[in-house]
Amino acid sequence: MKILVCITHVPDTTSKISFIEQNTKFDQNGVQFIIGPYDDYALARAVELKEQLGGTITALNVGTSETEPTIRKALAIGADDAIRIDAEPTDAFFVANQIAHIARTNAYDLILMGRESIDFNGGQVHGMVGALLGMPSISPVMTLDIDGNIAKISREIEGGKELLEVALPFVAGCQEPIAEWKIPNMRGIMSARSKPLVIVAPFSDLVRTTVNHFELPPAKSGIKMIDAEHIGELVDLLRNEAKVL
Amino acid sequence: MKVLVFLELDEENIRKSSLEAVSYAANFASQVTALVFGSTSLEGLNSIGIAGANKVLQVTNDRFKQPNIMAFSSAIAEVVALENAETLVLAKSSTGDSVAARVSIKLGASLVSNVTEVPDVSEGFKVKRSIYTGKAFAITELSASLKILSIRKNTVPIKTDGATPEIVIFTPQMDEADFVVKVLSSEKITGQILLPEADIVVSGGRGLKGPENWGMIEDLAKALSAATGCSKPVSDMDWRPHHEHVGQTGIKVSPSLYVAVGISGAIQHLAGVNSSKYILVINKDPEAPFFKAADYGIVGDAFDVVPKLTAAINAAKV
Ligand SMILES: Cc1cc2nc3c(=O)[nH]c(=O)nc-3n(C[C@H](O)[C@H](O)[C@H](O)COP(=O)(O)OP(=O)(O)OC[C@H]3O[C@@H](n4cnc5c(N)ncnc54)[C@H](O)[C@@H]3O)c2cc1C
Ligand SMILES: Nc1ncnc2c1ncn2[C@@H]1O[C@H](COP(=O)(O)O)[C@@H](O)[C@H]1O
Repeated sequence: MKILVCITHVPDTTSKISFIEQNTKFDQNGVQFIIGPYDDYALARAVELKEQLGGTITALNVGTSETEPTIRKALAIGADDAIRIDAEPTDAFFVANQIAHIARTNAYDLILMGRESIDFNGGQVHGMVGALLGMPSISPVMTLDIDGNIAKISREIEGGKELLEVALPFVAGCQEPIAEWKIPNMRGIMSARSKPLVIVAPFSDLVRTTVNHFELPPAKSGIKMIDAEHIGELVDLLRNEAKVL
Repeated sequence: MKVLVFLELDEENIRKSSLEAVSYAANFASQVTALVFGSTSLEGLNSIGIAGANKVLQVTNDRFKQPNIMAFSSAIAEVVALENAETLVLAKSSTGDSVAARVSIKLGASLVSNVTEVPDVSEGFKVKRSIYTGKAFAITELSASLKILSIRKNTVPIKTDGATPEIVIFTPQMDEADFVVKVLSSEKITGQILLPEADIVVSGGRGLKGPENWGMIEDLAKALSAATGCSKPVSDMDWRPHHEHVGQTGIKVSPSLYVAVGISGAIQHLAGVNSSKYILVINKDPEAPFFKAADYGIVGDAFDVVPKLTAAINAAKV
């Protein structure tokens, strides 16, 4: 079983978001970067599937050299090798094109991604890669079990879930509770240093969107505290200010 | 500009977020055609016109009854070409995300998701989209001639002044390769307001102590015609179903009012509610971080405050 796991290198979930250079660039100052939480679920499930069925896991990231600590972490968690496509990922189509190119030459049985990246939250790359490769793409995947050539999947839908069956290969966008996040142990961290990480140049530079500039939401105007003994004041605010009653 | 809107159904009704997508399109298009898969009541079809569509294409073929990402994508691509649409609009959703992505590849379109405002076409074609889980926006330019916009829920009011639409039955071409994913079963709550669609959400956290105490959350939700949500530990402990979990790793909501009861306001939870218009926090700890992100706050014991609030709202309604 050959599994490809696509990981993002994104600001930690607690990061303060701000921009520099006339709001055209993300301010990395003091920001800690992590594997995208949904990609972490995908990786964790890949490790479990490998334990169960054997095979190899390749971690793939489209990013500049700054992402290497994040890729090493994926190797420490259990990927066997990694590929970094050396480019700034600014557009979902650009990223999907790179991933599809790697997948065309390597014939993976399974391509796992996160349901969405937590920086741009597009939820697009898995669908695009599926379409580029002519494979099914399924997201958001909550459970994934494989028996021979067939996968059974539960997918979240608004207000519920559906149970699907599909033959390999396909692309899945993962979310909890597909697996528990895995924390790298000492042995994993040691071995990650010597695992192969191949750097390749982008195969195409086509993009279909460009960010003109960033904006921050307007600041909240301040909280109104209401005494629990005067609930009527809150009802008035809900009616006259928030206009929800 | 000619715009095609892809609609989703809940039972036989057009989903609220899909009607929002229609009204979004009507705000800048000269001609809005809506495409719906499955059977809807006549009232449902008319609601699409009232929301702003001129024409509705309805696919009634049985094989399109179940949501099918690949088959929907192929059919949409076919309709875009037939109708000469310049833009495709849809509501961001679990199915919409994948459909939009696949259509963008089929047609070489620029795709932007989480769009929150009508496009600016004064120079090029730019949209505002929500990024960093509601913590920022990116003004994004689309360069391909065909554009696909996936709209964040609850960003546009549904229009009420449209007319009865022209309704045309459409039978897409079919490719067996689009039917390789088999739907074995599906389960879905019915008759309730869906959390991602809801205009008001009432959520409970670990402060509620146990699943047996959710009655008061449900009562408050009922009084407000709201959907119910929860924090991650609550769904991790199986007090509530997973599809109610709000936050960074769960559902992101953008309601008019979000009510948080006994939730501390960890940044990962806030990530799911940043886009709410108003936030009401009820917590016994005045230092709870959620108060910093809130518009209204009550410091008090939920077991005392929530029933009182429910009663006051019910009394105010009559
Ligand atoms: C990568 C990552 C992703 C995460 N994603 C999410 C996510 O998507 N969503 C999410 O919710 N969490 C998420 N978390 C977890 C998050 O960090 C918090 O642990 C969680 O939100 C806390 O849930 P809580 O507020 O219900 O519980 P607690 O933090 O235990 O807070 C309970 C609150 O209830 C109050 N309280 C207690 N008793 C009463 C009472 N009688 N009346 C009124 N108030 C009372 C307390 O003062 C306290 O503020 C994530 C964590 C990580 C690391
Ligand atoms: N730069 C990238 N490198 C590798 N994988 C990526 C990258 N961007 C997105 N992905 C994958 O695609 C998924 C969906 O991303 P998105 O469409 O950006 O929300 C992510 O969870 C990753 O698995």
